[in-house]
Order: sequence, then C-alpha cells, then structure tokens
Amino acid sequence: MMKFLIALVLGALTGAALFVVALIYNPFVADRGISPLAVSQSELVALNFSAVPSDTLVFTNDGNSAQKPHPEKVLQLWEAPVRRTSAMATVLRDARSQTAGIGVKFSSLSERTRLLQGDALVDSVWYVYLPKQGSLFIQQSENYWAFLRDVSWPAIRSGANNWKGNWVGDLTDGPGVLGTAVVTGGTGAFQGLKMEGVESLIARAYSADRGPIAAEGRLLIELPETDGDAEATAAAD
Amino acid sequence: MFKTFIVGIVLGIAAAAAGLYLYPVVDQHREASIVSVAANGGNIEAFHANVPMDRIMIGAPGQSTALPAGLEWPADEMLQNVRVELFKIRDARDAVVGVAARTSASNGATEIIDWMLHLPARGSVYVNMRPESLPGGYRQGELRAGSREFNQWSGRMTERWVPNSSADEEAPAGRIELVTTFIGRQEAT
Repeated sequence: MMKFLIALVLGALTGAALFVVALIYNPFVADRGISPLAVSQSELVALNFSAVPSDTLVFTNDGNSAQKPHPEKVLQLWEAPVRRTSAMATVLRDARSQTAGIGVKFSSLSERTRLLQGDALVDSVWYVYLPKQGSLFIQQSENYWAFLRDVSWPAIRSGANNWKGNWVGDLTDGPGVLGTAVVTGGTGAFQGLKMEGVESLIARAYSADRGPIAAEGRLLIELPETDGDAEATAAAD
Repeated sequence: MFKTFIVGIVLGIAAAAAGLYLYPVVDQHREASIVSVAANGGNIEAFHANVPMDRIMIGAPGQSTALPAGLEWPADEMLQNVRVELFKIRDARDAVVGVAARTSASNGATEIIDWMLHLPARGSVYVNMRPESLPGGYRQGELRAGSREFNQWSGRMTERWVPNSSADEEAPAGRIELVTTFIGRQEAT
C-alpha cells in the first residue's frame, strides 16, 4: 500500500513539473511578431530610456524584488495597496541620444494575468514631458511573458544566475485593438490629440538576482496624420 | 505500481492546471473607496499626500538637498525649468492607496502643472491643472484621460496646500489635498 502511495505522490510531482515545463515552452503561445507601428506611414516620435534601475533618476518598489530601488535611500512602496507597484522617473532621449524630456512610469502587476494563456500582464502608465513639444499620458497593458520565457527563465536556469544575449520585443499589449497603447496629448503641440504608442525593450544582459544589467527601453508614438499628410498619401495612391 | 505512477502524473498535471486556473496569480490589495455624491452628479473622492513623509522625489535644478539622497538631477539645459515630484497618496482614512506624480514647468509664456495619479487596484488619471490660483488657495484642473476604472470618466480635480495646525511634534508640515469630482461620460451626456 505504501509503495503505491509513494508512486502516486512521485507521479503527481512529476506531472506538476511536466506541466510547468509545458507551460513555459507552450507552442500555442505565439510571439506577437512585428510591431503595428513598424508599418505606419505617420510621423513617429521615438523616445529612448535606460531600463536598468540604477541608470534612472529614481526607481522604487517594495524593496524585496530583484530590481533594487535607486538611489538606495529612496522611499519604498511597502504598504499593501502599492506593494506590487513600481515607480520610475527617467530622462528620455531622442534618436540622436539628446535629452528630449522627462518620463515618469507607474507599473502594477495586473489582476488579469493568466499564465495558462501566456499573459504575464502589467498595467502601466507613463507621463511624458518634452519641453519643446508638450506633455503626454500613455496608458497600456504590458505582457512580459516572452521576456520571462526568453530572458528571465534562462537566467534562473544558468549556474551563474545570469543571461547574456540580444532580446528585442514589444511589451505593449493593449488596450488598443492592434495591441497598442492609448496616448493622450495634454499640453503644447500634443494638446487634444489621441494617439497610439508601443513600448519595446532591448535586453542584452540580465541577472536573476539583480534584474536588468544592460537593457534599453523605447517608446514609439504615432502622431495623427495632418491634412498635409493625408493629401500626400492620396496623391501617392 | 507503474500504472499508479502514470495516474499520479495525470493527477499532478490536472492539479497544477486547476490550481493555476482557480488561484489568482495577482490579487491587488484594495482599500474601500470613500466616495460622496456631488450635488449636481458625479463622485467626489479626496486624496492627500503628507509632506514631507510621503514625498518620494523632488526632481528640480538647484536643489540644496537632494530627495531622495543621491538623486542627481541632470544638468541639461532642456530640463532647467522642469520640476517633477513623486508622492505616495492616501485616502481620507490616511491609508496609502497609490502613487502620484506632479510635474510643473514653464517655457516662457506658458506654465504647465500636470498630475498623474495611479491607484494600482483601480486605474490611473491624468489631470491638467490651470496655473492660476483660485480664492482659498485652490488650483483647479480637468481630467484629460483615465485608465481602467477611470477610462470613461470626465471631471475635474482641485489641489490645495493645507498647512499643519496640530501641535503634535510628529505631525507632517502639511499636506497636499487633491479632491476629484468625476462623472461617467454616458451619465454626463
């Protein structure tokens, strides 16, 4: 009797392990492929920032995550309602690496996360201020499933707890119908505009203990077509 | 015994799948909202940030003391007239319910004051404030956009500095009071 019970328990543990492996390498969870803004003919605003916490102006969370708060003495978000939230303020740079403005990002783990469906979701918002242009508000859901599978999991599996390579992917996964973020213009040249955007990440080194070591984020915002653009497109057609 | 092992594998797979399906991976803590109804419709909700204890960051040029210690505000000329502050925000019961960013900037003729409030279990709002102060020390702004719970809302928000009036030595120097009056767009039309 005891032998059968041990076999059952060992079988159950093996089954659970097999399930986890199948979940991580689930072939039915497709990568998103090309960004919907990659084929846009409208004018795009590209803003780059470092995705490494120690390179930001301020990064804070509950203090117990792999990504450590920066600077070290920053107030941490330890209270229960904000414990699964991170806040970041960073310098945004244009395509020529010149300072373009300031960005503030708040991110919270999403209750819509469904690992069975390959959804590791984060609800996030950006406030972007570009002194020469105005301010923007970006709301989005991000899906970190591909990043966890391709970067974090290999880092955990490696003996040295780190990963090196070149991972490029879009994090934005809605709420726009094409998987884009909703961008609302606030002031300046953006005032009253409704736009779409995509946040992407380029990771080159990651540590399971410290989070990103070398990584760069990018916000791509599609400006609405002006009358002149529409006429030019019509003429080309 | 091999058959029992196979049955165990099937049970293990089923149990893991059922557990993942039924047990929420993320369950955000919620504080009960304290909402009152405005006389002309809409929901009034008050938040505040105790200063200095809820202040996470003051990002501005020429700060004599950096907050947090170690913050290096870029010397770039582009950001000379920009001030960014991050706070924890509390509800009327003084419980922390979210985080907020206040950005003020001036580029000669125009002055910008923007708030972004983020309540993890509910959503976020983005408010443009009018720079001029109203009687009573208020400043008023319009809700420009919201996410999730606030997605279909319109309305306004006021900000006001309320200095401390208590004699308690541990009391904050004051608080930034934010009062939102939001109404669903469908109700408004």
